[in-house]
Amino acid sequence: MTTAQMIITITMVVLGTMTTRFLPFLIFPAGKKTPEYIQYLGKVLPAAALGMLVIYCLKDVSIFTGMHAVPELISIAVVTILHFWKRQMLLSIAGGTIVYMLLVQFVF
Amino acid sequence: MGKQNNIKAAFRAAFPFTIPIFAGFLFLGIAYGIYMRVSGFSAIYPVLMSLTIFAGSMEFVTVDLLLGAFNPVGAFMLTLMVNARHLFYGLSMLDKYKNVGKKRWYLIFGMCDESFSINCTAEIPENVDKGWFYFFVTLLNHCYWFMGATLGGLFGSLLDFNMEGLEFVMTALLVVIFLEQWMKEKNHVSSLLGLGLSFVCLVIFGSSNFIIPSMLCILGALSLLRNTLTKKEEVLS
Repeated sequence: MTTAQMIITITMVVLGTMTTRFLPFLIFPAGKKTPEYIQYLGKVLPAAALGMLVIYCLKDVSIFTGMHAVPELISIAVVTILHFWKRQMLLSIAGGTIVYMLLVQFVF
Repeated sequence: MGKQNNIKAAFRAAFPFTIPIFAGFLFLGIAYGIYMRVSGFSAIYPVLMSLTIFAGSMEFVTVDLLLGAFNPVGAFMLTLMVNARHLFYGLSMLDKYKNVGKKRWYLIFGMCDESFSINCTAEIPENVDKGWFYFFVTLLNHCYWFMGATLGGLFGSLLDFNMEGLEFVMTALLVVIFLEQWMKEKNHVSSLLGLGLSFVCLVIFGSSNFIIPSMLCILGALSLLRNTLTKKEEVLS
């Protein structure tokens, strides 16, 4: 690719990303009343979107081969237990991440 | 309280929420910068792409696009598919990003996974301006990613570290945010649907094709359950 073609390609990626981010706000502008169905979705979607995002983070973990997602499952369990116990965001995240690093570097 | 104090207070409230992202983005950003250099690009590419695209996974995909044949329409379509999940974020944030003035446009521009999940769930203290809080979460995350990509692009080859596994910090962050949502919500139908349907779609369609089917299944299920879920809300609230 020439430099111009690369710049065009990057511009297309920027445009694509911005389309996915701006579209809902352009279709349902702040000044107008949002349809009830969309208001309903706005209320119930966040929880589902966060669930989907958790799976998205883990999408490249192989469940059926290799380490069978054992380090991931252990570390997520650590995060969950710490969080229900102390409910300190940074502690839960740091604890889970350190356990994961130890597991993949030394155990598995 | 003066306007400047307002802004400072919002910064102080927002910063702690972004600390895990500082670790994660710096690490992933450096990895991304190194990856671009190893693929034969000069440092200016990761620097500019981290500023303009600001969607981590898509920036890694773009490296492959740039190494392949020139196909701008294909690049656009692929981006729509990879980033389709942002549509859900937008629908979720229509209300929250409504009355925040001109900052709104930057908030939407910078709505990556992490900024969305923090701004969507964080309990902002009453005396803190919400608009500025959202703004600083977005801006700080943007800066971390830019710093990481720049460091990786410029000095990546000099770094020698064994940080294997640090990328898990992003997963841990999202699990925590999911748990926070879980503890706050009155019923778990939507959370469970999001987890369950995405997992089933991942198993059926594989890691590179599962997001769009997941979104369709979630939309379908939530639409079917509209009456039940609306009633539950009313009974409980």
